[in-house]
Amino acid sequence: MPRVIKNGRIVEDAGSETLTLDQWLAAEDKAQAVCLEPGEAPLPLFGHLEVIPLVAINFPTFMDGRGFSYARELRERGYQGELRATGEFIRDQLTYLARCGFDAFEPADESQLEDALPRLQDFSEAYQASPDRPLPLFRRRAGG
Amino acid sequence: MYVYDEYDQKIVDERVAQFRDQTERYLAGSLSDTEFLPLRLQNGLYVQRLAPMLRIAVPYGLLNSTQLRKLAQISRDFDKGYAHISTRQNVQLNWPRLEEVPDILAELAGVQMHAIQTSGNCIRNTTTDQYAGVAPDELEDPRPWCELIRQWSTLHPEFAFLPRKFKIAVCGSAQDRAAIHAHDIGVELLRGENDEMGFRILAGGGLGRTPVIGSVVCEWLEKKHLLTYLEAILRVYNQNGRRDNKYKARIKILVKAMGVDAFRDAVEQEWARLKDGPTTLTTQEIARARSFFTAPPYRQFDAAESRSVLEEQAAAEPIFGNWVRRNTREHRVAGYRIVDISLKATGFAPGDITDRQLELLADLADRYAFGEIRTTHQQNLVLADVASEELYDLWQELQRAGLATPNIGYLTDMICCPGGDYCSLANAKSIPVAEAIQARFEDLDYLYDLGPLELNISGCMNACGHHHIGHIGILGVDKKGQEFYQVCLGGSQSRDASIGKILGPSFRQEEMPEVIQKILSTYVDLRQEDETFLATYRRVGIDPFKERVYAQGD
Ligand code: SF4
Repeated sequence: MPRVIKNGRIVEDAGSETLTLDQWLAAEDKAQAVCLEPGEAPLPLFGHLEVIPLVAINFPTFMDGRGFSYARELRERGYQGELRATGEFIRDQLTYLARCGFDAFEPADESQLEDALPRLQDFSEAYQASPDRPLPLFRRRAGG
Repeated sequence: MYVYDEYDQKIVDERVAQFRDQTERYLAGSLSDTEFLPLRLQNGLYVQRLAPMLRIAVPYGLLNSTQLRKLAQISRDFDKGYAHISTRQNVQLNWPRLEEVPDILAELAGVQMHAIQTSGNCIRNTTTDQYAGVAPDELEDPRPWCELIRQWSTLHPEFAFLPRKFKIAVCGSAQDRAAIHAHDIGVELLRGENDEMGFRILAGGGLGRTPVIGSVVCEWLEKKHLLTYLEAILRVYNQNGRRDNKYKARIKILVKAMGVDAFRDAVEQEWARLKDGPTTLTTQEIARARSFFTAPPYRQFDAAESRSVLEEQAAAEPIFGNWVRRNTREHRVAGYRIVDISLKATGFAPGDITDRQLELLADLADRYAFGEIRTTHQQNLVLADVASEELYDLWQELQRAGLATPNIGYLTDMICCPGGDYCSLANAKSIPVAEAIQARFEDLDYLYDLGPLELNISGCMNACGHHHIGHIGILGVDKKGQEFYQVCLGGSQSRDASIGKILGPSFRQEEMPEVIQKILSTYVDLRQEDETFLATYRRVGIDPFKERVYAQGD
């Protein structure tokens, strides 16, 4: 069973089968997990955010940062389900990914999970608003 | 100037700790070159031809004397005793050791400095007018807005892996001294209807391989919306900018490809949801940002009296008078002058400064300028608030330290990137060209007669020396493994921004002073009355210059 980081812990995960975006578009049942690649903006998903159980966003290379925006687009539109980063992202990106709304991480090389986990705590403060902390620092500084 | 509170300090401290861990992993072999690359870049660390280079952020060019002393100490303890002012108002160290960079960053954090996002494909240091807050033609001080942008863009989780680097400049004065047309985003403070201040937003400007002047994407933006609007632009760029070819990855290419109207529509669509959200600036936050940039405790002077005293001193000592005329400028407060400190003395690489000079300037800033100093994108320094009556004393000190070269705004006040002597991307050296031109045109009277002239040199297409927007631009090119130089004319970075035009086939290094000489004599022959080089060029076009420079048997 693949291991992933989920909600801040390493867990065994049965791994849900994800459809490619094309498969998902063709499918009648929209309540299925889907995986987005770079270049596949989440626009078509927006009408079905309440039923989709999992959106995976794949990073074929860690330098391609489109997935960061996809994640925020989904969360800002109220997506509550699991948002999983998969692929070649590196542990040094974990805080950024988490702050964009990812709550599950499935790196290509799962032997790195133990070393990666503490990296989620690299920063205890941030200037910007994010799904996990909806107020930017300037509003929190001012006491809300 | 902005002062960190516990939050700012914590973010910078945690960043140092994170980078220390990354460096250790890299040195231990557990982080690969490819993985370490963007991480070190986002902490300002390049690996150059001879050694690593560390670029330290100087947010919108503002430093205090404590920070200057720290930079002096760092350049002495960790480097070869000098530092370099870059064209993005940052400070560069050319010889730090990789293992010691985390220690350098820790030292910097101790004086509220860092190297975050000074390179890499992320939002870089926001730049502005070096005379912000003191220029007579200013509508509003841009620095609080720069600071708000700095905080918003620092470690922004969504925009750390953009298609390419991203630069923002803010201008708050009638004359544009921040080159907002040559930036990925240009922010211009404007007075709108009802006398209310707001912004005009430009996007898609930039230099590099394909120089483009920015287009207006928003004619009028209410102040509180600044950050959400920037976020919308970045989001459109992050998702749609090209990633398959690094030469086509800047936002200027996207704006061109989509067309500015379609680009604007896409931004408006993103913005519709971000607008009025939590990132909307509050009156309280704007006031807080402003509170750091209030006027220092100026003394009261009588304007006429200060002027006449200065005139007397200038008459008594013409060398001083000349320096006042060339290197100081009008201040918005009576009895004060803005002082430009030229880092373009003949025989020194443009923008280089030694540890001793840094320390002296820290002392002078404390004594004469409320403890603050600024870096400029022309690679000089500025003491922004000097009482007229103290100029003479200040000048004597500067003279002794070789910091009173009276050439601000003239030919030898060149912008020049580090080029092939340091930079591994270079096609050709740039510093020796600058030095040869400086040596050739040392005669000050000749320089003054030529009038205001901007000569910019880049060692390659990346255009760090802004050659496209120099009145005269020089670009290092590679011709079958040989270093050659291409010349362009007619660029301008001010409000009437323009991109220089290529003169013709390129030249060898030793030909360059002569080529420049011919260009200048053409100008001198053709100018009418007080016409500047740029005005003459715009009137007569490039042909007369071409004819003279490429004339056979000349
Ligand atoms: S213009 Fe080219 S040579 Fe000069 S510093 Fe930039 S990358 Fe290096």
